[in-house]
Amino acid sequence: MATTATIHSHAAPQRFVRKYIFSLDHKVIGLQYYFLALVAVFVGMLLSLLMRIHMIWPTAVLPLVGEIKPETYLSLLTMHGTIMVFFVLTTAPQGGFGNYFLPIQIGAPDMAFPVLNMLSFWTTFIAFITILAAFFVTGGAPLHGWTGYAPLSALPNAGPGEQLGADLWITSIAIFCVASLMGALNFITTTLDLRAKGMTMMRLPLTVWAWFITAILGLLAFGVLLSAGILLLLDRNLGTSFYVPLVVVNGQVMGHKGGSPLLWQHLFWFFGHPEVYIAILPGMGVASQLLSTFSRKPIFGYKAMVYAIMAIGFLGFMVWGHHMFMSGMSPYTAFAFSIMTMAIGVPSAIKTFNWLGTIHGGRVRFQTPMLYAIGFVSLFVSGGLSGPFLAQPVLDIPLHDTAFVVGHFHLIMGVAAIFGMFAGTYYWFPKMFGRMMNETLGRIHFFITLIGTYCIFMPMHYLGMAGQPRRYSQFTELNYLHNLIPLNTFMTYAAIITIAAQFIFVINLFWSMKKGPKASDNPWESTTLEWTTATPPPHDNFGGHTPVVHHGPYEYSVPGAAKDYIMQTDPATVPSH
Amino acid sequence: MATLSSPVTINVPKTGGSGGDVRPPAFGGDDGRGDNSPDYSGRLRRVRLGLVIGLASVTMIFVSLTSAYVVRRGLPTLDEHNNTYVRDWIPVDLPASLLLVNTFLLLASSVTVELSRRQIKRQAALAPIRSIPGVSVGSERNFPWLGATLVLGSGFLMGQWMAWRELADRGFYMATSASSSFVYLLTATHAVHLTGGILVLLYAATVSLLHRPVEARRIVVDVTAWYWHFMLLLWLYIFGLLWFVR
Amino acid sequence: MGLVLLAVIWLITFISTYFFAAKTWWLPHGASTSTVWIDHQFAVTYVLMGIVFVAAQGALGLFVWQYRDRGSATKVTYSHGNITMEVVWTALTAVLFIGLNLMGSPIWASERFAPADPGSVPVEVTGMQFAWYFRYPGADGKYGRTDPKLMDPSAGNEAAVGLDTTDPAAKDDVVTGTMYLPVNRQVDLTLRAVDVIHSFFIPQMRFKQDTVPGLAIHMHFTPTEVGEYEIACAELCGLGHYKMHGMLHVVSQEDFDKWIAAREAEK
Repeated sequence: MATTATIHSHAAPQRFVRKYIFSLDHKVIGLQYYFLALVAVFVGMLLSLLMRIHMIWPTAVLPLVGEIKPETYLSLLTMHGTIMVFFVLTTAPQGGFGNYFLPIQIGAPDMAFPVLNMLSFWTTFIAFITILAAFFVTGGAPLHGWTGYAPLSALPNAGPGEQLGADLWITSIAIFCVASLMGALNFITTTLDLRAKGMTMMRLPLTVWAWFITAILGLLAFGVLLSAGILLLLDRNLGTSFYVPLVVVNGQVMGHKGGSPLLWQHLFWFFGHPEVYIAILPGMGVASQLLSTFSRKPIFGYKAMVYAIMAIGFLGFMVWGHHMFMSGMSPYTAFAFSIMTMAIGVPSAIKTFNWLGTIHGGRVRFQTPMLYAIGFVSLFVSGGLSGPFLAQPVLDIPLHDTAFVVGHFHLIMGVAAIFGMFAGTYYWFPKMFGRMMNETLGRIHFFITLIGTYCIFMPMHYLGMAGQPRRYSQFTELNYLHNLIPLNTFMTYAAIITIAAQFIFVINLFWSMKKGPKASDNPWESTTLEWTTATPPPHDNFGGHTPVVHHGPYEYSVPGAAKDYIMQTDPATVPSH
Repeated sequence: MATLSSPVTINVPKTGGSGGDVRPPAFGGDDGRGDNSPDYSGRLRRVRLGLVIGLASVTMIFVSLTSAYVVRRGLPTLDEHNNTYVRDWIPVDLPASLLLVNTFLLLASSVTVELSRRQIKRQAALAPIRSIPGVSVGSERNFPWLGATLVLGSGFLMGQWMAWRELADRGFYMATSASSSFVYLLTATHAVHLTGGILVLLYAATVSLLHRPVEARRIVVDVTAWYWHFMLLLWLYIFGLLWFVR
Repeated sequence: MGLVLLAVIWLITFISTYFFAAKTWWLPHGASTSTVWIDHQFAVTYVLMGIVFVAAQGALGLFVWQYRDRGSATKVTYSHGNITMEVVWTALTAVLFIGLNLMGSPIWASERFAPADPGSVPVEVTGMQFAWYFRYPGADGKYGRTDPKLMDPSAGNEAAVGLDTTDPAAKDDVVTGTMYLPVNRQVDLTLRAVDVIHSFFIPQMRFKQDTVPGLAIHMHFTPTEVGEYEIACAELCGLGHYKMHGMLHVVSQEDFDKWIAAREAEK
């Protein structure tokens, strides 16, 4: 056998450390990312639970946590946002499922650079430890929000938690940027260079397209966040004035001069807007894949879907100013950004129409993955339609920095994207672990979560219109907020129930790994390449041979075919695409 | 240097591999051997592709820093006393001659790294032939171009350090003014990236002393050489920005 | 299951839409000249988006039930899509979204592009952790000099904004913790912040603007009804963000003049 340098010229590693800890196998690394995100999401949910409890019962003394002071509330809020956005939404859909299934879906034995892949996971892990450390240092975790606006984030004496906690926060994010850039490099190279024979770009599953475009977004956006963070560290520690003008804190004139708080906002949101598309695109890819599979019908308008993902990615870099309509930015610039923002609604709408078009005329099977895919569409519609309100600067005047915005992004990122992850989990679990997850538990989890999250986040739109500002630790000080407390109370109860229901998912996940009914190689009768492999896939994914692709990814119910699905690798000649 | 103690193989791409389709795929794919493991020219291409993609992200770091620089330079500051705006940008007195010397050092190092790249490319091409008993390709004079690059690159870094000392002597520290902050920031960020390149070249040099396969070393040196040239272009850009947009 | 999904999706849609239509929780009563136009644009947007919302969720619920697998009798329409439909609904969406935006642009322009009218009431608003201060320039119409080094919130309103009492233009400046405005007159605001970013938000005036350290932002609005209106801070500014509030009193011109005179007399 040739011993030339190959990706997998070595046999599968046997020792525990090489096999499970410092593995080079993208499947192991994918699972590592996934479980990191699982831990992170429970930390994040706990933080939000404490937040919602404090908002309704500000003086309550809780077991273990004690009393939550206003500054503690803000730290919970900051860490909730940061952990969820970075360590859940940017990690599991891309690093988790993308790592595991991108190579297999394109017919490759691994990622282009397995060592880099391993490094990118462990760097993410170090970033996670760093941010958790912020809770335990003097002063505690920072209170400046996940958006970290300067000068609040740049002045150690502007609030409790803004000393070492804030430095750790920035450092963690900077480390995370490096990890993401490494991952993005790997994903892009792999997609361009490692596709099997016959796997043209226009035969890629939409999950792969989503991971690919997401990686490009990450590649171009995270460097800007890194720059922003470095400038912030310099302002905080070396006395520079990138972001901080002459300010007086607690009667004390600080040594800064001439900086621009808006510079932070521009740099942050230039990253931040592509980031939210990074959070949602993989979920869209999963939704497309599942809607097609479980409707037994090709995706409606494959090419349009691809162009829509590209358009969303491209336009995503041109709309960042819509977070800054009220910031003091020039109103003319605001107008330009608002037009671009309305434009980006168009490809999102196209995708929604195409999802509906996929179900239309199909033969829908209601296994749990499909329930989540359907839920994804509903939540994406709900969350997306509050966008055109916020995209108009005049309407942003009453709505900016109110609960309306919080409802908007939670429905999309905090629920739809999470539903994408649930969908992916239930769908790919049989391939990863060789067993099926429990359908009954899956359905219970689905319905409680769908209804529960609507109960939490839909009312936020009403609260925002009534003028409830964001990031208020309690509603006792402003008279006009008093009669919003009952609705807030309802939302808190919904949150308690919904968070509790997530344990059903975790129990299902871990119990099924050991005790679930054994799965066949292709339990969903799906057409993409991962369903041609053994279960779980062997070390080099395809057992020594390379697949050859003959069809597009969604050939379901093809007239004249023997079965209602044609695997991508099936050499039978049927009208091919 | 090729030895006969380890099995070195010669890669002769098969024509008409297993799979029926003789035409090579346009993108990726295996090389007809059906195991999706490319020979090292495929790997070289792959690593080069990865580098180009990675350089896009480095570019974005400097694009954002440039944007911050240009905007800050033009931004008036609020005079807190009377609600009016004033300009407060102080052009930095750059030690231009020292920086020019550094530039030439880096330019020279780009030449040496390119020569090093071609040298190891030849060595890699000749390696299979060297292993055939009885064949002699003569002995090449192996000028240590790699070592020369390391020396010149380190010289550049030392020169940058001296430039910072000179700036401090002229009263421009990190926090003295917005302009001086950017000078230190841009040059330091470049220096950090260049140091990364130096560390990789050190790795390549060390590995050559340990007699690792020349193909693997060739990929490392080739890609680092490209990276090095990018660092030169980046430096020329930064120097140009700091000088002409003062 | 298809029927259950339809029921759940339609019920969620119905309940959500009901509370929007019933305006159970809604924009507070507006009392400024911009209210009419902002509320109108808001209404147009929410009716159009509401129609899309109901249609999309309705279609989703309907399709998952209508096209459920009913066994071997179920026929699937094999199709890769329909270019004509793609073009049509893309064009319609673009027209709808961009049209909506362009509809609202004149309002934005009149609020933000044009400076304040001559004859408007000048007021400087300063935000700091965690209170709002309002400065009226007095009879000379000029704001006196302020100095950051003189800022001392514990020593009263004037010291809080660092008023330099040696400046002759500062002699007639009035600094208060509550805002008074005469009704039906435009106010020419100068918005400032001393330490971190705050945001001056008066829901009933349909007014919001971030106050940014290092910037003096000019903005205007015109109150149209006498009354008391709460002012909230709408940008996270530290631990006291939730209690950084103020009060705007809109009174008749006469009462406003009396109030200013009383404040001058106190100095």
